Amino acid sequence: MNLGELHRREYGRILASLIRAIGDFDLAEDALQEAFQAALVQWPEQGPPQNPVAWLISTARNKAIDRIRHRALAERKQEEIAALAELAAPEEDAPVPLDTLRLIFTCCHPALAPEAQMALTLRTVCGLTTEEIARAFVVPVPTLAQRLVRAKAKIKGARIPYEVPEDDQLADRLDSVMAVVYLVFNEGYAASFGAEWVRGELCAEAIGLGRLLIELLPAEREPKGLLALMLLHDARRETRTDADGEIVLLEDQDRSRWNLAKIAEGARLVTQALRGGAPGRYTVQAAIAAVHAQAERAADTDWRQIAALYGVLAALDPSPIVALNRAVAVAMADGMERGLALLETIHLPGYHLLPAARADLLRRLGRRQDAAAAYREALALVTNEAERRFLERRLAEVTAPH
Amino acid sequence: MQYLLLCCSNEKSWADLPAPERDKVMAEYAEWTQAIVRSGHYRASGKLQPTSTATTVRETGGKRVATDGPFAETREQLGGYHLIECRDLDEAIAIAGRIPTLRHGGAVEVRPLEPTPHR
Repeated sequence: MNLGELHRREYGRILASLIRAIGDFDLAEDALQEAFQAALVQWPEQGPPQNPVAWLISTARNKAIDRIRHRALAERKQEEIAALAELAAPEEDAPVPLDTLRLIFTCCHPALAPEAQMALTLRTVCGLTTEEIARAFVVPVPTLAQRLVRAKAKIKGARIPYEVPEDDQLADRLDSVMAVVYLVFNEGYAASFGAEWVRGELCAEAIGLGRLLIELLPAEREPKGLLALMLLHDARRETRTDADGEIVLLEDQDRSRWNLAKIAEGARLVTQALRGGAPGRYTVQAAIAAVHAQAERAADTDWRQIAALYGVLAALDPSPIVALNRAVAVAMADGMERGLALLETIHLPGYHLLPAARADLLRRLGRRQDAAAAYREALALVTNEAERRFLERRLAEVTAPH
Repeated sequence: MQYLLLCCSNEKSWADLPAPERDKVMAEYAEWTQAIVRSGHYRASGKLQPTSTATTVRETGGKRVATDGPFAETREQLGGYHLIECRDLDEAIAIAGRIPTLRHGGAVEVRPLEPTPHR
């Protein structure tokens, strides 16, 4: 394994164990950076060490000890110098899985702002650089750097613990972790319309985090649902747009290009996540995605099952967006009129997908004039350019002479 | 580590609460305070009189000026504080989360104190 690959795969684990040993985010990060730089110089000269991870951990720890010693001597802090003896005592130089879990829970602490949680997780757990994260979120590098500095200062200043929460808190806190992972995934997924590759990388990072959660918390079911959901979406990612970057709807996508391995893994995970009690939000959404992904042709889609699953989801998450999706599924299962009636009950002012959904059901009914009016309504609200072009194409279709 | 819990609530909706309901919340509040005294987290507490009794002092043009009212007009007003000693932020959040006025739309800001040097 070369150094670059080692950085990508082991950075988070190594950092996690260093933070536990040193008790300071910034110091651990700086020391690890120095250790990687030392490796860059020493390994080609002397040959790589037998256990590169252990080498990096002990080198970084020694660098951190040096720094603390300098600081303590300068400030004549006897107690810090005494504490160093403890830190320098040889301990096993292997990353401990529990440390990674501690790191994830600290980075995703609800006392930090969501965008700070995402940035910190990508920086520390995934080892992305500040520049990479800034590019992925389309924010200036100094803005993102500032966000990281503030978050780390709050962890230290307000003493956000470096711990896996107690059992009675675990469910709530795990929700917050999963929300961060899914936000990262959606950042990559939603913006991969013609945007640079880095944003697609976010999907891969989020899936990696999902795998890590399952490995670290094997008894929890909902992370399995979350990973399944991400895999099932990701399996279709490349067919969602055509060569020109135009939107291709699910029913028109080239199913032969879907990633079958990801679909199979996602479907297997959904089955596991559904077993043993009421499912959570991610699991139900994954189950819906699995029904879609497993239909060989669009016409084979089991809309009745999808509509039923949306009913379950609506009970867990009574949001108008879920109601909108449910209405479309009911239309496909039980007829357009029933779907239209459900759409009437949804209140989503200013949201273009509500008139767009109504337009689509009217179009399927052959009510071309009503459909055109609804498309115009949607066009007045849409902001994304790819979506605008899609709606304009549809409008042209329904207003074209027979 | 010490944390200051700044308890904010809407004075008007608190005043509008029926008296028996208010008494009930205050009884729960006394229980909450006793619990943190027993557990050793308690350092200090205080309930403030309403913002109508507040005076704000500022310096303008080199002169000290005292004016009627709180330093900022907000939807929720600072009504009291608790100083607690906790292991970490999670413990402070857990203690703050049991404050009974939260049920009536109050909010509690949890602020860590700067550590005192050479303690």
